[in-house]
Amino acid sequence: MLSAKVTCNSHGQDSSYFLGWEEYEKNPYDEVKNPKGIIQMGLAENQLSFDLLESWLQNNPQPTAFKNHKNQSIFKELALFQDYHGLPAFKNALVKFMSEIRGNTVSFDANNLVLTAGATSANETLMFCLANPGDAFLLPTPYYPGFDRDLKWRTGAEIVPIHCSSLNGFRITKSALEEAYKQAEKQKLKVKGVLVTNPSNPLGTSLSLRELDLLVNFISSKNIHLISDEIYSGTVFSSPSFISIMEVLKNRNLMNTDISKRVHIVYSLSKDLGLPGFRIGAIYSNDERVVSAATKMSSFGLVSSQTQHLLSEILSDQKFTKTYLSENRRRLKERREMLVKGLKRSRIRCLESNSGLFCWVDMRHLLSTNTFEGEMELWKKIVYEVGLNISPGSSCHCSEPGWFRVCFANMSEETLDLAMQRVKSFVDSMAKQNNQSRHPQLMNRNSRRTKSLPKWVFELSFHQREVSDR
Amino acid sequence: MEVALNNNTHKLLSKIAINDGHGENSPYFDGWKAYDTNPYHPRNNPSGVIQMGLAENQLCFDLIEEWIKNHPEASICSPQGGFDFKEIALFQDYHGLPEFRGAIANFMSRVRGSRVKFDPSRIVMSGGATGAHETVAFCLANRGEAFLVPTPYYPGFDRDLKWRTGIELIPVVCESTNNFKVTLGALEEAYDKARESNIKVKGLLITNPSNPLGTFFDKDTLKTLVRFINEKNIHLVCDEIYAGTVTNGNEFVSIAEILEEFPTICNHNLIHIVYSLSKDMGFPGFRVGIIYSYNDTVVNIARKMSSFGLVSTQTQHMVASMLSDNDFVDHFICESKIRLAHRHEMFIGELAEVGIGSLESNAGLFFWMDLRRFLKEPTFESEMTFWRIIINEIKLNVSPGSSFHCEEPGWFRVCFANMDDETVMVAVERIKSFVLERRMLEIKTKAMAKNKKQCWQNNLQLKLSSRRLEDIMSPHSPLNSPMLRAQN
Repeated sequence: MLSAKVTCNSHGQDSSYFLGWEEYEKNPYDEVKNPKGIIQMGLAENQLSFDLLESWLQNNPQPTAFKNHKNQSIFKELALFQDYHGLPAFKNALVKFMSEIRGNTVSFDANNLVLTAGATSANETLMFCLANPGDAFLLPTPYYPGFDRDLKWRTGAEIVPIHCSSLNGFRITKSALEEAYKQAEKQKLKVKGVLVTNPSNPLGTSLSLRELDLLVNFISSKNIHLISDEIYSGTVFSSPSFISIMEVLKNRNLMNTDISKRVHIVYSLSKDLGLPGFRIGAIYSNDERVVSAATKMSSFGLVSSQTQHLLSEILSDQKFTKTYLSENRRRLKERREMLVKGLKRSRIRCLESNSGLFCWVDMRHLLSTNTFEGEMELWKKIVYEVGLNISPGSSCHCSEPGWFRVCFANMSEETLDLAMQRVKSFVDSMAKQNNQSRHPQLMNRNSRRTKSLPKWVFELSFHQREVSDR
Repeated sequence: MEVALNNNTHKLLSKIAINDGHGENSPYFDGWKAYDTNPYHPRNNPSGVIQMGLAENQLCFDLIEEWIKNHPEASICSPQGGFDFKEIALFQDYHGLPEFRGAIANFMSRVRGSRVKFDPSRIVMSGGATGAHETVAFCLANRGEAFLVPTPYYPGFDRDLKWRTGIELIPVVCESTNNFKVTLGALEEAYDKARESNIKVKGLLITNPSNPLGTFFDKDTLKTLVRFINEKNIHLVCDEIYAGTVTNGNEFVSIAEILEEFPTICNHNLIHIVYSLSKDMGFPGFRVGIIYSYNDTVVNIARKMSSFGLVSTQTQHMVASMLSDNDFVDHFICESKIRLAHRHEMFIGELAEVGIGSLESNAGLFFWMDLRRFLKEPTFESEMTFWRIIINEIKLNVSPGSSFHCEEPGWFRVCFANMDDETVMVAVERIKSFVLERRMLEIKTKAMAKNKKQCWQNNLQLKLSSRRLEDIMSPHSPLNSPMLRAQN
């Protein structure tokens, strides 16, 4: 009686990623009311810089009151504005903001920008424009679990993973790209493109120039698209600095070529500005046919004109955006350091990262078995016993068990501190258990396994070393 | 490194990106283009094209603006609403703000004269009614399956229901002979036709009140429809986005009321309502679309799909504030109806003076104008030709019935709520002038027809552009001669 889309599981909500959320909802931490509750560390939100936005709003009360600079009501104009080309003032401000984030190394044309209800809608819309049902996109693993829904569910497109390994810091290699392409062919899937998230969710790293060059070469030789989801571009807080795919095209003199027409960027204000509720997403494409088709499709999820107006005012204030971007980055960097240090005290290491609202944490040594079952077992302990909702790597399609994404920007310092204390207690008690273990054989086997790997393997995981591609 | 791409570029994009499924290449949009290039303005461009093809409700903004002024707390981060900002900005739960759902349920009820209640937990958000329709289609039908839709219907359905979903729309033909009412016979015929073509019908979509007719379904017809879909075990999707524009009191019957009054009339899992604030409140820019389904699974899945088109929480917050104010809501609904009724009556009264009729209606932001007698022939070519005259010479953008898939040529949808009173008079005067001019012409040409053929032809060339005359002459005109046509 209902469609196949209703009965299938492609919305992805049965995955563990969402189950942790459900547990959190049942027993959420509250400093006063529920101090033993589960701390939410699975939500990539940016809560660190609201004070900056709030003070701007207090100093500029007109936009939210539907007034223009002359204090006249523009309510009617906004209420009636449903043009899918978007509010020109907003698009102009948004492309300037995107450019500013990229250190003004590239500029964007507002006519190539399509507004959508969040990056969720942008990614789905791009899929509808670029892929027919049954076509595939290649995605490096680990990747954001929501892509399974956003890219596949209603579009009928497929995702084929590009396997990345901790051995080289999860960097994309030429062989991994080729292998993924071959895999798709084996499955009789037509590859229409590659989608990367840069900076990466869940890794928190930005793509190196080498990787970006590799991608450009790859899509060129295969005659396919490249989608670069750059929603975390404003969160790059330490070196190496962010390199946008547009910059690479520009530096290689590929602008206005067919290759540049196959490169598309997805952006959003949910992460950089911390406004996920406002549903502000965008597609940027150099191909006017994609812009044209995507613009028409945006009818299914336009940005509220009320919100477009507010954001056009905020983003047009370049003094504000400059201050915001630098202060936001500073706070993110500080908070990340707090998490990394806190975990280090528990002898837990994180992938070296320069961006994002989370760390990619290595808990392989805490697994009872080096399997995904072991990972799930550890994850359940962390959720139920330690009281932290973090995201297991398997939910991000990581090919190696034992990695977890831990968010740091969606809570107060005190809560983060408490979370670190809980981790410490947990790890200490686990160590005690292991010492008193009734299975000394197992313990020995574990330590033997660890000792059998040379030290340099672990060093590679934690430092971004350039590994030559073969 | 660059591969020669020209042969393959058309395959680089998806089929739906390059097909016409968006519907924007239809002649329907020519009128819009004419308006966009030459829009009417009382002072700056008084001879421009007046927009009468846009179903907007602009009659009650004064009431809303007054409310906004008096309720600064509805806007986030005013001193009064100041501390809401962070919570609202972070809230992305696809259930929507509880106060938003409550306010919408409350408003939907009051729009229906409080005769029926709506459950907030069944309210699902969407990117306008546009997003709602697509989502409902994704939930109810697979690629290649079909929905029945009574004609004439809103052209946007061709995009909203078919483009990315791959489903089909099958017309249920309605005729002017019975005021375009949907009959059981027409339904059965459409259903059987689909069966014969091996197309699986998954549902029936009705717009109630109707766009473009401006009429609403009476209780008996609604019951007939419900029995029909129940018997065939197909869905009924009721687009009620114009429910608040019904001008004559309590006669409008929502599908919700049918289910309430006759609970055993059908399987409730088959009933779904699409709603929006774009027409009743005049808020198309705010993208507040709603799916209300009596089917739990559909609510659940549509809610997950709503991630692709959630309502901005900034807007949810404002709407929740406004629509929870029952005094305002009741006053607004009442006043809106009065103003719509007045505007509608003004228009059709003036047009009646020059003998132009329209379908009797009590709802919507438009009326269905009968211009059949102005067509040279009862064909769609004639309709299109005459429509181009209306746009280019009378300078009004109205919508031709063919764009609504009407089976009979000669009907036009005219919007009346998207302009001020002065513009209404200008539009009316233009129509009246045109009709009177044409009458003068008819009289003159009838007189001239008594003369010799050559004399008559010469006069014609002197006085008119022959093409224009050809287009507007009735089939009974003696000027409909092969000689004239040959000149074109």
